This record gives sequence, C-alpha cells and structure tokens, in this order.
Amino acid sequence: MRKCTDIPALLAKIAGSRRLYLPVDGADGRAHFQEWTPDAVWSSALNTVRSAKDFFFPQTENLMDFKREGKKIEIIDTRSEQEDFVVFGVRACDVRSFDVLDRVFLAEPVDTYYAARREHGVIVSVACTRPAETCFCGTFGIDAASPAGDIVCWKDADTLYLDAQTDKGRALLDSLGELTADCGTDAVDAQKALIESRMEKLPLKDLTTDGFGGDALDRVFDDPRWASLSESCLGCGTCTFVCPTCQCYDIRDFDTGHGIRRFRCWDSCMYSDFTKMSAGQPRLTQLQRFRQRFMHKLVYYPANNDGLYSCVGCGRCLARCPISMNIVKVMKTLGRNDA
Amino acid sequence: MKKEPLIPQIGVITDIRIDTPDVKTFRVVTPEGKKAFLHTPGQCAMLSIPGVGEAMFSITSSPTNEEYMEFSIKKCGCVTEWLHSAEPGQEITIRGPYGNGFPVDTAFSGHDLLFIAGGIGLAPLRSVINYVRHYRSRYGKIDIVYGSRSKADLVDYREILDEWSTDSGVNVHLTIDRAEEGWDGHVGFVPNYVKELGFDTDKVAVLCGPPIMIKFTLSGLQELGFDKTQVYTTMELRMKCGIGKCGRCNIGSKYVCKDGPVFRCDELDELPNEY
Repeated sequence: MRKCTDIPALLAKIAGSRRLYLPVDGADGRAHFQEWTPDAVWSSALNTVRSAKDFFFPQTENLMDFKREGKKIEIIDTRSEQEDFVVFGVRACDVRSFDVLDRVFLAEPVDTYYAARREHGVIVSVACTRPAETCFCGTFGIDAASPAGDIVCWKDADTLYLDAQTDKGRALLDSLGELTADCGTDAVDAQKALIESRMEKLPLKDLTTDGFGGDALDRVFDDPRWASLSESCLGCGTCTFVCPTCQCYDIRDFDTGHGIRRFRCWDSCMYSDFTKMSAGQPRLTQLQRFRQRFMHKLVYYPANNDGLYSCVGCGRCLARCPISMNIVKVMKTLGRNDA
Repeated sequence: MKKEPLIPQIGVITDIRIDTPDVKTFRVVTPEGKKAFLHTPGQCAMLSIPGVGEAMFSITSSPTNEEYMEFSIKKCGCVTEWLHSAEPGQEITIRGPYGNGFPVDTAFSGHDLLFIAGGIGLAPLRSVINYVRHYRSRYGKIDIVYGSRSKADLVDYREILDEWSTDSGVNVHLTIDRAEEGWDGHVGFVPNYVKELGFDTDKVAVLCGPPIMIKFTLSGLQELGFDKTQVYTTMELRMKCGIGKCGRCNIGSKYVCKDGPVFRCDELDELPNEY
C-alpha cells in the first residue's frame, strides 16, 4: 500500500509518461472522462455520464479503408500502433464491465481492435466513498469498497491510497516513486468499513438476481408482464448507449470523397432496424426488442459465461431513461424479489 | 501477424450465371485464381462491395470443388442489387468461412438423406447435395424435393436435370406452385408434396426455404413419423460481424453466425421463438 498527498502532482506525473484520462466536470455540471490537461481537476462526482467502455470499445471506430477504381478494389489497413494510456478514477462497476466486454471481444476469434486497446490501457480504479441511491453493484457481487483494476485507490480527504493489483499496475505505481510513500492499511480499512456501512443503507441493497440466470429462459421469456414493462418504451436506445456492458455494434461504409471508409459504431437491439432483413424481421414489436435487451443481460449472457450477469449495477440507465423504465424494475417485476 | 477477423480479402467474380429472373450464381476466386478459403457444406461467407455494404451469404458450391466458390444470390436488397448489376472481372471483398455447417461426416454419414428446399433455399443445400454426391458411397439413398413459384424460378434447373437426376440412387422430385404451360411435373406446395411422396422415416431430412415452408414441412414430416432429431435446417438472420460479437443474430443464448446457421430442429425448440 502506498499513499500520496499531492494528487494533482501525481496526475501530472502519470500524464508526463502516457495519455491520461480522468473524470472532469464539464460545462453541463456533470462528469465526463477527458484527457488530462494541466488545469484539469479530478471530478468528485460518483460517476461519469458515459461509461468507461469508450476506451476499449469506442462509439465509432475506423476499421479499414478501401480504394475502388473500375473493377479493382484495394484494402488499406489504417490502424496505427496503439499508445499506452491510463484511465484514472474508474468505479468498481465500470471495472467489472471490462470483464463482461472481454468475454465477448477477447473470445476466439479475438477482436484485434479491442484487444490492442485493452493491452495498452492501465485501469486505475477508485473505491466509492459515497455510493448513490441508484447504485446496485452489490447485486452482482461487486465490492464498491474494493474494486478490481490494475491499481485500486481509496480517497480520504486530500490523501490518495494506492494498491497495485497487477503487473501493469505495479509498473505504473513504481514509476510514481517519489510522489508516493509506503503506508499501513489502517486508513483504507476505515474507508472500507465506512463504505460498507453506507452500502447497507442503499435503497437497492436487497435487489437480487434470484429468478434469473442461464437456465431461466422458459420462466422469464413468456411472462405476460413484459407487455406492461415495455409499453412505454420509446426505443430511443439511451439505455444501451450509457450502459457499460452493451456491446452490440454496426459496421457501415462511408464515402470520404477520396475513398471508402469502413467503420463500426455502437448499435442498439432496441432499434427496429437492428435485425431487419430484406427477408423479414424476427423482432417486430418493441416488446420483443425490449425483452431481448433484458433477456440478454439476465439470462442469455449468463448462460454463455458461467453465470456472470451482463449488468454491473452502475445505475446509469435508471438516471437516464426518459420514461423511467430500467433493469431494476424488470428485475423486481419478473425476478424473485421481495422488495 | 494476428488473424484479423473483420478485414476481408479480395475476391474476383469470374463468372455470372443467370438462374432465374431474380437469382444469379456468382463464381468467386482470389486475384491469384485460387479459392479464397476452405469451407464445409452449409458454411457462409461475408461478401461486400465497399461503399455499398457487406452481407452474409451461404456458400453454394461444394467444398469438393477445389477451383472456386459459388454463391447463388437473390436480388432483394442493396448489396444483392449491386451484385446483380456487376460484370465478370469485378472485384469484391470476401471473408469467412462462418458458421458450423452440416454434420456431413457424423450424423449424415451412412444414412439415407432427404433434402427439401423451396425457392432460393436450395442455395445452401446445393453445397451439401454436391458434397454427398461426390462422396456417394458414404451415404444411402438420396431424395431431393425442390419447389418454387414457377418453372422459371427453379434455381440450378440445368444442374438438377443433367446431373442430379441422372445419378444412381438419387431421386429428384420437383414441384411448382401453379400449373403452367410446358410443365408436366408435379404442381403444388412443397409441404403437401412431401406428405404425398410419403417417405419412410429411416433417414435424415434437411430443410431450407422460407420460414412458412419450413414450418409446414416440419409438421408434415412429423405426421409422416419423423422425429425432430432427424431434421436439420439452416437459418438466416441479419449479421454484421460473423464472429458472435455484434449481437444481431443473437437468438436466446445462441449466435446464428457461429453456433448456427445449421440447427437440428429439436435444438430450435430450446430457443425463444424469435427467428
């Protein structure tokens, strides 16, 4: 365990050796991940509006270019060598989301675009001193007091406590030598106890995954209550865009004027054209599309991934859905929750 | 160099055969004149014309064809319309193979086979039909039931008459939806024709066609006494990546691009009814 009493200097030191991204309050008064600048102030907000998945699975990403001339086609691999970077201030929920995404993108055949970013990224997580009322990471076995990550931090007033948990993290922490000092675990133990007592008071602390999981298809899929749950869904896709684990994407071509660029971008199973083919459309109604999203997170994904759920309880969809529908309501309605 | 699953290679269309008013069969090789990659019957490939789009197609030719690949493609969307306007010599991009393919060396091996196709549904079956014809001794009797709207809409008509019908131990049963001049064969829909033909159940059946045809043919086969474990089909869903990541072809816990497109009909019962 190391401690640091000059956080701005620590951030500047990291930013001196590689790209550093951290949550900074924007003009909208909300926190967003931004690249470090000398006057950047680490936001005290609990979480960023958008999740940290952009760092590994960006909203849009160029895959390759083409040149077409007459009947000829040339394929141009436009990727450049990925630089090392650090994402600082990632919360426990978002750190878990990387595990969820890894199981998709790093499964054979490996998505090399994602893998390159993952390889070059160092995650510095921070424990959640003040979890919010929309938080329910505990439902998925995530410990907000002890996040995963290459380095995990606890903040107490102006002191930051750092503990490296991987080789990547140890290498970064070692490079910060003179700005940090060895310390005991008393302050961190006190923080953990404080966080745990606060987690105990959260309104969603008793939310359970009972009734879901890889073998719950028949029980959940045909439940008539999907109709009332999905009734007001606008199909706007906001939930999927703020979700740290939603990973569906589109691949499209764009005429740049001097060639063709093939890019991928986030897509949403909530959209009516997501599965539309010239031959037909397997999910015709918003009920079906709404159900797909939650079935995937709570049943299909766990079925393929040793019971791991594809929700991390970050609460972003609770805060952002324009009709106030969300996974918590789905779980409370269709699961086996006493709440 | 790591394998890049999303980056395609160049393919050249060397021959275009007009099959029906809206189906053409495209022959594709690499610029060096070779097959782009090896595949098994029932597998698919992503074809694209940059700037127009990329789409998944079943590989129509048999793996036993060592010179080229063929794709029978119906004109029905952006990419397919563009392909239908292409001329020989046109380059496209190709990546694959994708999907599981038919169990030609396991469940099919040593059995009588019944292939049932409707319309363009013959495209994925042609690969496996020509495969089992090539390795004729490994399989029993072969029946092929194929139907389309009209005589002009029968894909691979010449190949069916000249090659399949003349093979020993291969029985071809053609049907068209409505009677027309110059057609003295069977008239009627595929599901009814299958029931009329009344096959014995000691065989493996393979179905491909429009969803409505598959539904009624499957229940027709069950009436004849077939069990769902004897019937295979191949599915079609929208796909972007082909490697089980983009999410489009996700049905239940399966991804049709990698867990399919071939499914045994009892396996389909395990999936939510959204295909």
